[in-house]
Amino acid sequence: MRYIEQQTVVKRMNGRLIANAIFKYIFLAATLLALLALVILLFRIVSQGAGNLSIDFLTNFASRFPDQAGIKAALIGSLWLMMVVAPTSIILGVGSAIYLEEYAKQNRITSFIRMNISNLAGVPSVVFGLLGLTIFVRAMALGNSILAAGFTMSLLILPVIIVASQEAIRAVPGELRDASYGMGATKWQTIVNIILPAAIPGILTGSILALSRAIGETAPLIVIGVPVIIQFLPAGVMDTFTALPMQIYDWSSRPQPEFQAVAAAGIIVLMAVLLFMNSIAVIIRNKFDKRY
Amino acid sequence: MTTIITNKSVSGATADQTAKKAVYETKQLNLWYGSNHALKNIDLEIMENEVTAIIGPSGCGKSTYIKTLNRMVELVTSVKTSGEILYRGRNIFDQDYGVEELRTRVGMVFQKPNPFPKSIYDNVAYGPRIHGIKNKKILDEIVEKSLRGAAIWDEVKDRLNENAYSISGGQQQRICIARALAIEPDVILMDEPTSALDPISTLKVEELVQELKKDYSIIIVTHNMQQAARISDKTAFFLNGEVVEFDHTDTIFSNPSDKRTEDYISGRFG
Ligand SMILES: Nc1ncnc2c1ncn2[C@@H]1O[C@H](COP(=O)(O)OP(=O)(O)O)[C@@H](O)[C@H]1O
Ligand SMILES: [Mg+2]
Repeated sequence: MRYIEQQTVVKRMNGRLIANAIFKYIFLAATLLALLALVILLFRIVSQGAGNLSIDFLTNFASRFPDQAGIKAALIGSLWLMMVVAPTSIILGVGSAIYLEEYAKQNRITSFIRMNISNLAGVPSVVFGLLGLTIFVRAMALGNSILAAGFTMSLLILPVIIVASQEAIRAVPGELRDASYGMGATKWQTIVNIILPAAIPGILTGSILALSRAIGETAPLIVIGVPVIIQFLPAGVMDTFTALPMQIYDWSSRPQPEFQAVAAAGIIVLMAVLLFMNSIAVIIRNKFDKRY
Repeated sequence: MTTIITNKSVSGATADQTAKKAVYETKQLNLWYGSNHALKNIDLEIMENEVTAIIGPSGCGKSTYIKTLNRMVELVTSVKTSGEILYRGRNIFDQDYGVEELRTRVGMVFQKPNPFPKSIYDNVAYGPRIHGIKNKKILDEIVEKSLRGAAIWDEVKDRLNENAYSISGGQQQRICIARALAIEPDVILMDEPTSALDPISTLKVEELVQELKKDYSIIIVTHNMQQAARISDKTAFFLNGEVVEFDHTDTIFSNPSDKRTEDYISGRFG
């Protein structure tokens, strides 16, 4: 006796093909919906804000008058912030990832730490703001300086960088490690010469995406008391500052409709910065991938 | 029972070779992966300037044994050993024996060609650089000598700066052999070095092994019995973590003293 009867197969064929087609359109619709939302958002922001974009907008400080308001302090402030966040979070993050993957004994404590790092990546940013307020602003008396904000943001994105780096390191084939150790290389030589070069594309992609998150975060900055109206540029990391999302948040919460347009122009600048950072990530990845 | 046979065959094997010295003396070696007893009371004496083949069915401990000889097996955290392995008279498990030092004397070639994602030149120069050689001229010389030693110089001399992945698998494996030669080792361990290669590349590697044994002692794992018969001077037959028989390759293949060896080489199992 045969289990698969040709006739039933033929009879069911139609239904299977229809289901196949239906699902294709469902997924297409999901993609289009997401795209549509994105396009509407972009269109609204650009149509609202483009009129305010000008060299003056980039070179003016904040102002009570919407037509004179500029984003200089926030743009420069965000760049300062990144100059603290990028080295702090990447050095600490990659260091922790190397320790966890290459040095730590694989026991229960390590897997407990691993699990919690992944969980930390999901903690709301306000909580990190409170942590920063307690440790950096108050206990270490850094005040609402660039350094305090930078350390807080570093804590916020550290879990993401650690997890991305761990995955990149774990993806380096074991045979390469074996080959290096087999020639009498020490662990450190193997890490520097073999593991890190192979893992760098993954590490940098993850890190830059994490940095883009830091540059757009507002909540931690509000919690640690970063001001909005600033009429000077910071001279060093101990000075106070303001950042792009803070400035945008302030403008969009003002009653005058003209400020909504200013906020939209600010968002365009922020998005341009993000786009710039993401394209750096892509370039780095392509550059290093060519070596394989 | 195993011990008796091993002793007999070792004494038989060494009788005519008084001039040669032992590179490795394995004494009552036991090894566990957690609770899995993978090597049981191994006694083997490996002579210099010979090719020693290790044969046996899958999972019998061939790779484990060869990786113990340069202590690579310790990268598996659950591993425990007992017994001794003397390399040139010194126990490699001694507290003060540095693995890095051991591995500069003992090179290794793996089952799958595993060049680094670097240029051919940088692959071969990796070992010397690790050990502190920076002088470009000396590195150039080592690279050429090693590539010649691995019989691949003519094929790659014009493309030393190309990525090692841009050449064929058989060539990659010979690059890996050159890379092992570049640390100027005393012993070369090879774990099924031809199992991922086509017949022609396999032949080249086999010829190379014959050539290399003039200067090096070679221990080669293979599950290909013809290969063992073709290229080795001595053969050890492993089964379930034990050495069943160890003798001259001719003897093993023409007149084995253990029934299980005979069954294995005549293809009755494995
Ligand atoms: N990394 C490892 N962890 C745990 N057990 C292992 C590991 N490698 C090998 N083994 C076990 O050790 C035994 C011998 O394996 P192996 O030396 O790889 O055999 P062969 O190379 O002869 O095929 C097998 O039972 C295998 O399951
Ligand atoms: Mg094996």
